[in-house]
Amino acid sequence: MKISELFHKEIIVTNLKAENKEEVFRVLYKKLFDNGYVKQSFLEGIINREKTFPTGLLLNSNNVAIPHTDAEHVLKSAIAVATLSKPVIFKNMANPQEDVNVNIVFMIALNESHSQVEILQKLVELIQNKKFLFDILKAGGEDELLRVIKNY
Amino acid sequence: MLNKKKKVLVACGTGIATSTVVAEKILEECKKENLEVDITQCKVTEVKSYADNVDLIVTTTILKDGFGKKVINALPLITGIGEDDVLKEIIDEIKK
Repeated sequence: MKISELFHKEIIVTNLKAENKEEVFRVLYKKLFDNGYVKQSFLEGIINREKTFPTGLLLNSNNVAIPHTDAEHVLKSAIAVATLSKPVIFKNMANPQEDVNVNIVFMIALNESHSQVEILQKLVELIQNKKFLFDILKAGGEDELLRVIKNY
Repeated sequence: MLNKKKKVLVACGTGIATSTVVAEKILEECKKENLEVDITQCKVTEVKSYADNVDLIVTTTILKDGFGKKVINALPLITGIGEDDVLKEIIDEIKK
């Protein structure tokens, strides 16, 4: 399965204006839920997980967050994406006391992991690519963002 | 003793996402060096139940208690920042 197959137009949001991460979670959760990818329990799973094991990643240019929770809350694997119009604070995965200003959020819904190694590896490769992050942020709408992902 | 297969525990918050990537990187690196290794993935909250049976714990998030085992933080394998150094540290530990 190629990583581009987990990204879908209906679960992409560009230039989202959010005051905090919970707002981002709610927006992306709704997209995933309304389109049949996750169960209702997914949102709480995401919020609770983030509290103890934050998913903010401090990179060299733009910062990313990769919220995700247990497979039991997922119906169909997918990755929802939101680019934020202004940075939102997440805590650092490496140091839960530290704030990270995030402007791209990849909400990962996986219903099991071992068959998705390649996809996860590809995602990690992508977030390490400054140009990819830059191009994602520049995308004007969902179609464009999806095109960017498919081109990498 | 020299050829004993090392057991590595890879832990992360949910035990499925970042630990999967890290486990795979360790496996690939071990293959390159012809090292045999046994990798188990788990959630950080489950480390206690696995710790006794492993030689090394690798984690992508904060682990407060390593239960006497060596703990290496492998988040650099996800962010890419300092990745080579951490991978080397893990392999060196496996080689011991």
